[in-house]
Amino acid sequence: MAKKKTHTVRRLLKTVFQFYPVILPLTVVCIIFNGVISSIPALFMQNIIAMIEDSLKNSFDLVTELTENNSIFGLMRSMEGGVYDSWSVVGGSILRLVGILAVLYVFSLLSGIIYTQLVAVIPQGTLKKLRVKLFRRMQEMPISYFDTHNHGDIMSHYTNDIDTLRQMISQSFPQLLISGTVVVTIFCIMIYLCLWLAIVVVAGVLVILVIIKRIGGGSAKYFVRQQKSLGEVEGYVEEIMNGQKVVKVFCHERASEAEFDALNDKLFREAEKANKYANTLPPILNNVGNVLYVIVAVVGGALILFGTPNVSISGIVMGVSVVIPFLNMTKQFVGNINQVSQQINAVIMGLAGAERVFALLDEPAETDDGHVYLVNVTQENGAPVECAAHTGHWAWKRTGGAPGEAEYTRLTGDVALDHVDFSYEQGKEVLHDITLEATPGQKVAFVGATGAGKTTIANLLNRFYDIAEGDIRYDGVDIKEIRKSDLRRSIGIVLQETSLFTATVMENIRYGRLDASDEECVAAAKLAGADDFITRLPEGYQTVVSGNGENLSQGQRQLLAISRAAVADPPGMILAEATSSIDTRTEAIVQRGMDALMAGRTVFVIAHRLSTVKNADRILVMEHGRIIERGTHAELIEKRGQYYQLYTGAFELE
Amino acid sequence: MIRTLAKSIREYKKASIATPLLVSVEVVLECIIPFLIAMLVNRIKAGTDMPTLLSYGLVLVILAGFSLFFGAMAGNTCATASCGLARNLRKDMFYRIQGYSFENIDRFSTASLVTRLTTDVTNVQNAYMMIIRTAIRCPLMLVFAFAMAFIMGGRMGFIYLITVPILGVGLTLVVRSTMPLFKRVFKKYDALNHSVQENVKGMRVVKSFVREEYESEKFETAAEDVCKDFTKAERILALNSPMMQFCMYVGVLFVMSFGSYTVITSRGLDLDVGQLSALLTYSFMILNSLMMLSMVFVMITIADESSHRIVEVLTEESTLHNPEQPRYTLADGSVEFDHVSFRYAKTAERMALSDVSLRIRSGETIGIVGGTGSAKSTLIQLIPRLYDPGAGTVRVGGADVRAYDLEALRDQVAVVLQKNLLFSGTIRENLRWGNKDASDAELEEACKLAQAHEFISRLPDGYDTYIEQGGTNVSGGQRQRLCIARALLKKPKILILDDSTSAVDTRTDALIRNGLRAYIPETTKIIIAQRTASVQDADRIIVMDGGRIHAVGTHAELLAGNEIYREIYTSQNRAGEDVG
Repeated sequence: MAKKKTHTVRRLLKTVFQFYPVILPLTVVCIIFNGVISSIPALFMQNIIAMIEDSLKNSFDLVTELTENNSIFGLMRSMEGGVYDSWSVVGGSILRLVGILAVLYVFSLLSGIIYTQLVAVIPQGTLKKLRVKLFRRMQEMPISYFDTHNHGDIMSHYTNDIDTLRQMISQSFPQLLISGTVVVTIFCIMIYLCLWLAIVVVAGVLVILVIIKRIGGGSAKYFVRQQKSLGEVEGYVEEIMNGQKVVKVFCHERASEAEFDALNDKLFREAEKANKYANTLPPILNNVGNVLYVIVAVVGGALILFGTPNVSISGIVMGVSVVIPFLNMTKQFVGNINQVSQQINAVIMGLAGAERVFALLDEPAETDDGHVYLVNVTQENGAPVECAAHTGHWAWKRTGGAPGEAEYTRLTGDVALDHVDFSYEQGKEVLHDITLEATPGQKVAFVGATGAGKTTIANLLNRFYDIAEGDIRYDGVDIKEIRKSDLRRSIGIVLQETSLFTATVMENIRYGRLDASDEECVAAAKLAGADDFITRLPEGYQTVVSGNGENLSQGQRQLLAISRAAVADPPGMILAEATSSIDTRTEAIVQRGMDALMAGRTVFVIAHRLSTVKNADRILVMEHGRIIERGTHAELIEKRGQYYQLYTGAFELE
Repeated sequence: MIRTLAKSIREYKKASIATPLLVSVEVVLECIIPFLIAMLVNRIKAGTDMPTLLSYGLVLVILAGFSLFFGAMAGNTCATASCGLARNLRKDMFYRIQGYSFENIDRFSTASLVTRLTTDVTNVQNAYMMIIRTAIRCPLMLVFAFAMAFIMGGRMGFIYLITVPILGVGLTLVVRSTMPLFKRVFKKYDALNHSVQENVKGMRVVKSFVREEYESEKFETAAEDVCKDFTKAERILALNSPMMQFCMYVGVLFVMSFGSYTVITSRGLDLDVGQLSALLTYSFMILNSLMMLSMVFVMITIADESSHRIVEVLTEESTLHNPEQPRYTLADGSVEFDHVSFRYAKTAERMALSDVSLRIRSGETIGIVGGTGSAKSTLIQLIPRLYDPGAGTVRVGGADVRAYDLEALRDQVAVVLQKNLLFSGTIRENLRWGNKDASDAELEEACKLAQAHEFISRLPDGYDTYIEQGGTNVSGGQRQRLCIARALLKKPKILILDDSTSAVDTRTDALIRNGLRAYIPETTKIIIAQRTASVQDADRIIVMDGGRIHAVGTHAELLAGNEIYREIYTSQNRAGEDVG
């Protein structure tokens, strides 16, 4: 556990270092410099007080050292009405010390400005880079990752985890570094001045550490519980808000309020405890610090009183000049430890966040070793010639052999599955021995109950998942040899769950082909039967669709998704329950449009409504991962088998 | 806004008031301690005896003890007050939302309500904690430390009159210039996360259009934008610390030079060594308080937006109200629409329903068909008063729906919504939504009627089978049948099925309809369907088109005389046969 934490810290620091190889070390140097200087005044204080003490004792001694800085304390003297006294004796030395300190301070301020500015830049930049890294990684992840992980959990990497990281990088890390520096420096000065008092302070600090461990640990424990309770409340609220209309219809308001109260009260109790611990820690530490302060004063006083010989590196004689800076140092010492303790929760949560972010970054990406590419071609003397423009004709290009040499196979849309087996989980086969061929221009339909494996076939065709046994060939090319991006470009897919993006209607359609002109987008919408409702939207094609598409009905969203696929104009197409929310009259219009678009191209249709599949060239009836019947609508009706049963309504489809 | 939020303090008022009081005592004690220490130091210097030393020590330790006690108490009451406020805010919002009408619900998205109840409340909680503790502590500390500095240092204290305003002005400038930046950047940040969510949800689309690179670039631009704004704000905010250090340093240098001068020239009479060190302590306290104060402002800024969003929920007035003297029982199951018009938003250009008049007799079975957007669902939602019509009257059991107690009305008019949902819990628990006191026998009876009993009894845990959130572990057809059973348990006078058997096979669909006719003949049944097969045996069928009643009649009549109905019927029953 602890090892894992150190590993995470090291990896995080390494990541930041990679992002900022120059700035990061500079920041560290500045922070340390600033920390050291802010602890140094204690030494000057000691010197000055020693001088004052001496001066007060020997104030009648004569001036011996009236040297430089004459003018300055001449001025001081005149302020005091020209009193000629001991100031002239030590004043110069004191002012010289103050002068040196002032110079140091200037440097400290400079380093302070530099490091605070850098610390403002580094975390944001790091988070941005991490976010982008995370996002890019996510784009590379296979679809199985998204199928097996809760979307809310994936999201929380971007929200919760990155937020806790921000806390840690921008506040905790610099704070720990600066406090650490101050503590170390002060400790050195303490030993330098007086070992006895240093021991007293260290003993006190040990007590403080025990308290921090006790209370800080308790606080962290309850903070974790609070997070969990918060998650429960969030889950419940989400469920109820989602079904709020059902709640209203069943007058279930009182009951859900009672359930909510129970969860909410639990959250309150955990949060209250966590915050009580967290709020109690600073006053305790503060006042233990005060007590320590008093103890140092009393012990110091006793040491002076009894004339105990001082043990120190400096060899300074014990006196008020030692005790006073010691008091301030004690305050600073405890104050900094206090600061560190405030960061405990942030660090614990931040590390957990970092772990989760790294775990996502470590997820294996989708592999792709395809070496067959999809290219646009023009036909010249029957042989395909590669060209850059969108021509409506495609070919598979196989490179290899001699450089610059390529082999072209015309894309016709011949798709063949040969004895395909597939399972999402080991041991649970969902497709068994599937063999089928779609010849160019055919419309192939799959029907069957939920879980029969219809959608799975779609997942395999564009390699969202890879098959276990058998092979799938596209124009005779094994799809494993085709580069995934090209394979997917060659097969458009329209899903039941339509995902639109926050953008205008026009942009959403253009998503299918980024270089499509406005006219092409409108034409696609007309083809898909979407133009009618789009033009009636408040701002037509420029209406902004919100991501969840709350301003559009499910049917309208499906029409947009079909338009998007139409503008992409792919050589092959999969329509997976693409018209399920469109009423049957509109569907007929959409179908006519799609049929026109896909004439001569291969189309796979997955549908639950039989009216959708009736005019397919080939209908495959699936059950438990097997094809149990195949043929045209007429043939299957003739057969009086499963399809006939479905058609006459004797079986449930979903 | 603050007044609305303050209403949720309630039982935590005591803790909320106690906190600042306790904090004040703590501050006073904290300021006295350095004062006493200064005296102690001077005693040590003067060469005192051990008893004096110890008695000073004892007094100080006791003071520290009190300070600890008050500080810890304040910490506790503060936790109670702020967490309590958060609890009540969540509760008040949740209760408020439960009181919303459909129209209110339509106005907020689920995601935004969840955020308001969680993140926004947490922000307000943190800000409240700051306000009752730090925001009281800092100014007090400032005043006391100032006073003490003057008492001790006399003229020396004037240095703070110079440094404090400098810092104060500096901090104010910083806070004022960062506030709007933060406000803006948090909005952008939300949008950024929203786009991630969209991407995760639409991953299949992204991948099938091969838009990974496009999406990444889009995201990077947005992330860069957020980062720039954040950095800008943070860089301004980062000036706080050097400013503070500067003032601190000026104070130290001044005390060291002018202080030692005063000590020496006055031979320790105007100022002594102990006071000198105490002055430094106070300078630190003063500046630190200012610094904390500026942080409080930043926190409040962040919470400001959240409080607005919370208040929005709390002040949203339900658009439906119970009448003063409500009716509790429906005389019968008759329904009458009298020149009813309706639109979803006052600004909507098109009427969802325009001038609909219709009479349904008690016990009648009515089918409703029509294309997407023909307002079938809208029509039936007016019956249990889920919405109020803009014009005209809807009467149920002979009286205006607005005359009934809402709960009583909805108990007697059961609707199975198109977007029907089950909730996490057992089947039994889900069914009891219909009637929480229903006996097992009644549950079974309803399930038999809804043709759900058979599949439930085949499940390993039967009626105790756990349903996942949203009912995802049963098939669509099964979910629909459970929802129908749940509605039947209400024993309603009017039963409305809004496309509730679309995933049920036609045979079972017919069985359900036959059952309803046989077992609850006196209940008025209104069935919206996509399939004409689901409505063809209804007493009357209503064809809706574009928010109007296009035609009313029996299956045979409509098939013969209504073009829309015939078209729907044909598209489902004949299309393609000529192809095959």
